[in-house]
Amino acid sequence: MPIENYLYLSALLFTIGAAGVLIRRNAIVVFMCIELMLNAANLAFVTFSRMNGTIDGQLFAFFTMVVAACEVVVGLAIIVTIYRSRRSASVDDARLLKL
Amino acid sequence: MNLAAIVNNQTQTPEAVLFFVLAPIMVLAALGMLLVKKAVHSALLLAVVMIGLAIFYIANEAPFLGIVQIIVYTGAVMMLFLFILMLVGVDSSDSLEETIRGQRIGAILGGLGVGFLLISLISRADLGHEYLGMSLLNEEGNVKVIASILFTRYVWAFEVISALLITAALGAMVLAHRERLLPRKSQRELAAQRVRQSALPVAGLPGPGTYAQHNAVDIPALLPDGTPAASSVSSVIAARGELANPDTFRMNQSIDENEDQQRTEIGE
Repeated sequence: MPIENYLYLSALLFTIGAAGVLIRRNAIVVFMCIELMLNAANLAFVTFSRMNGTIDGQLFAFFTMVVAACEVVVGLAIIVTIYRSRRSASVDDARLLKL
Repeated sequence: MNLAAIVNNQTQTPEAVLFFVLAPIMVLAALGMLLVKKAVHSALLLAVVMIGLAIFYIANEAPFLGIVQIIVYTGAVMMLFLFILMLVGVDSSDSLEETIRGQRIGAILGGLGVGFLLISLISRADLGHEYLGMSLLNEEGNVKVIASILFTRYVWAFEVISALLITAALGAMVLAHRERLLPRKSQRELAAQRVRQSALPVAGLPGPGTYAQHNAVDIPALLPDGTPAASSVSSVIAARGELANPDTFRMNQSIDENEDQQRTEIGE
């Protein structure tokens, strides 16, 4: 099996995540699709790191994971705050940032 | 023989088997994430994809990242998602109406276009020289190699990341904090308020089956005048039509019947 297959899988997962962000209306599902895109990019990082025989790609994937964890914490807190004021987690209902 | 070694830019057969078993499962789970209606199901399917990715990291000679993926993503991040889903309401499924006309078709076409572009790019790209693999680097342990670079070349990024983590934690606390506008009510004030409100019974709602002979959850309590109290049973059970008739379990009725029978027997 050529090692590029991992890259194809990564591209496929990234595409599915991107389509999900555009299609779904629930803010939490949109968020999960963003996570899927980040993970797909991580797979490409790890594969390239193995191709080139360097460790830097793995470190980048590691940093991406930490940043994604921070992003999830803040993003979900925002979703909970919006839900408290609007009683809805749909992105259509949050057209305005103010109340 | 090193199973993860690369020979002539090809992986070994076990890894190919792993890939062709796991990759379709992951792609199907990712597609299901888009198509499934309930948000909880999407979260579970995303967990499947993430565990698959962790296995692929380990197969790609990055065992440390694979373990971190399982601990951080499937352990922490997915649990956070599920917690928030439970807070926001599990049954908050998507609305299917389109606010922008033709957006869904456009998104599917755009997604197909991006996917086609990425895949054709990868297939045409000249990725260069012979692939090396990590076997030389990982000789003294993957974690050791990562640590030796993380704390030398990338030490500045590491420090900045720590600041980012603290900022994110503070941000979440600030966003989730709710300022109390009115002073907290004491127990005495709460009691006075409850007596003044006529809508709620002062003694609280009766539990199911109270004053009846049987106390299963599907039997309404009986009010002092003998009528069943609708508020004592969960509305879900009532909506399903699974309410039992309390009369079948009523004590004095059956006693009366027995007495009647006895009387008739005596009379005879």
